[in-house]
Amino acid sequence: MTEPLLDVQDLHVTFDGFRAIDGISLQIFPRTARVIIGPNGAGKSTLLDTVIGRTRATRGRVVFRGQDVTRLPEHRIVRAGICRKFQTPGVLEQMTVHENLAIAVRRNKQWWAHFRVDLDARERARVDEVLLEIGMAERRGRLAAELAHGEKQWLEIGMVLASDAELVLLDEPTSGMTPAETDRTAALIRRLAERHTVVVIDHDMAFVEKLAAPVTVLHQGRVLKHGDIQTLRDDPEVIAIYLGRAKKQDRAAS
Amino acid sequence: MVPPIFMSSRSWLVPALLFVVVAFAPMYLAPYHLLLIGRFVSLGILAMGISLVWGQGGVLPLGQGVFFGLGGYALAMHLKLVALPDGELPDFMQWNGVEQLPLWWKPFTSAWLAVAATIVVPAIAALVLAWLVFRRRMTSVYIALITQALALAFATLLISRQGTTGGFNGLTNFDTLFGASLGDDRTRVWLHVVTIGVAALAYAFARALGATQAGRLVTAVRDGENRVRFLGYSPAPYKILVFVIAGVFAGLAGALHTLHSGVISPAMVGVVPSIEMVIWVAVGGRTSLFGALIGTVLVNVAKDSISSEWPNAWLYLMGAVFILVVVATPRGLAGAAQSWLARLNRPRRTTSPRSADTAEPTGKEATTP
Repeated sequence: MTEPLLDVQDLHVTFDGFRAIDGISLQIFPRTARVIIGPNGAGKSTLLDTVIGRTRATRGRVVFRGQDVTRLPEHRIVRAGICRKFQTPGVLEQMTVHENLAIAVRRNKQWWAHFRVDLDARERARVDEVLLEIGMAERRGRLAAELAHGEKQWLEIGMVLASDAELVLLDEPTSGMTPAETDRTAALIRRLAERHTVVVIDHDMAFVEKLAAPVTVLHQGRVLKHGDIQTLRDDPEVIAIYLGRAKKQDRAAS
Repeated sequence: MVPPIFMSSRSWLVPALLFVVVAFAPMYLAPYHLLLIGRFVSLGILAMGISLVWGQGGVLPLGQGVFFGLGGYALAMHLKLVALPDGELPDFMQWNGVEQLPLWWKPFTSAWLAVAATIVVPAIAALVLAWLVFRRRMTSVYIALITQALALAFATLLISRQGTTGGFNGLTNFDTLFGASLGDDRTRVWLHVVTIGVAALAYAFARALGATQAGRLVTAVRDGENRVRFLGYSPAPYKILVFVIAGVFAGLAGALHTLHSGVISPAMVGVVPSIEMVIWVAVGGRTSLFGALIGTVLVNVAKDSISSEWPNAWLYLMGAVFILVVVATPRGLAGAAQSWLARLNRPRRTTSPRSADTAEPTGKEATTP
């Protein structure tokens, strides 16, 4: 059996007494995709935040490629090979599509290595490759601020790709997208999973189904179920937490 | 296709021409006005530093007077010492009963060491401060407050240590630098040319830095610090870098200004002058290096002519100008000039096929939510 790429061990995160994550253990193996679903407040985003160092664990460990990254500064975790796409598109609005990717693609991320004007040939080639992969080659000179919402999402996925991270974390990559854009994103992520290890958070069931990847269901900061989406869809417990939420929302609305 | 970091060489043309025209000012300006321009261009060097930190780096520095003062005092100490006969102490030390030259004054007997100190001392001070605040991830508001407090503390310190700093009056009555008499007309011309030269070099250096990847990252950190961090960069070094450069620019400005005006005193390094410096840059346009320089010269020309007519009106007027500029054109005079030029260029651009095909989808894109 191969070593897991990401090994989350008995993770706890508490905010002012609120247990956002209450003992999650999770193993992700190289070159696999994993979808994490769960209702709002289940701890999905907090889990990714903790892996990437934005939130610190109160207990437990995050081990990446055999290295304990739980207490590393954020940029060192990223340099170790994890890259995260946030829920709201985090592109650099005042820069062009090409410049955004150029910042992401650089291999040496130490500040003293940046007193050059151009990327090296390999980095340039990689930017061109990513532009094709996300289908935005003809948009390269456009300011990121001028892009449509869906395009910003793709650009940010492109930045994560350009960084050549081994582990790619995507937080609701289809939020705010039209059905056609969602389809295109699902195809993009499936291609991604051939070269990277991908963890996707979402609660759009139709989208999750298209990803055809094993699913972990989180609920109240714990792992509730694990399996494939077809089985989980019919699972009474999963239905209960999703329907329960729907019922509550109905009550709140009326 | 070409990323905008390679800005057209045309954008260098106007600044380069202006630097050359002003460098020849001794041929067409009266000595009094020459002196003023020299002083204001010196201040403009400091303003370009603020433009780097604030406009491009997104951190508001409210204490640039400190670095200005460090550069100014470093040179003034030498000027003070070189004017003395051997073994004698500067006048203010004698008045205050100081009997021996303080140890930290000794290196400034050497002109070269003093000139080096105008760069090195502000650089080290800026590095230490920037290291402390940016490593701790302080936000812009706190940095503004801390730098402001520092300006207050520095001015207070200078005033309180009268025996070794000249106190409230500062250091004045200079005579020669590198053996050349400062009152001499030839020296004045040289001083003017050197000032314009330093300003042009500082400008070219800052522009070139902006074109490198490091310069792009400074702006990237301003616009999305977290995004940059989660792409694997540590944001602090880029902020520290521009802060140190701004400190050096301020130090050079302080030294040159001291030479032109013949005095450096706490009145030029404290809270009020530090805020005024930011206003010059806001008026000129904080994201534009050249705008900051022009803004500084214009505001100071206005200050000089208005405060000599109505001494009390200037502060009110400057406040009014500041508010007016911020409301009417938030990107300052440079921003106003840019949008005016863009409007002039637009009819011509539509005839060029390359611009036309980029311009059209922009309109479409803007309507997409």
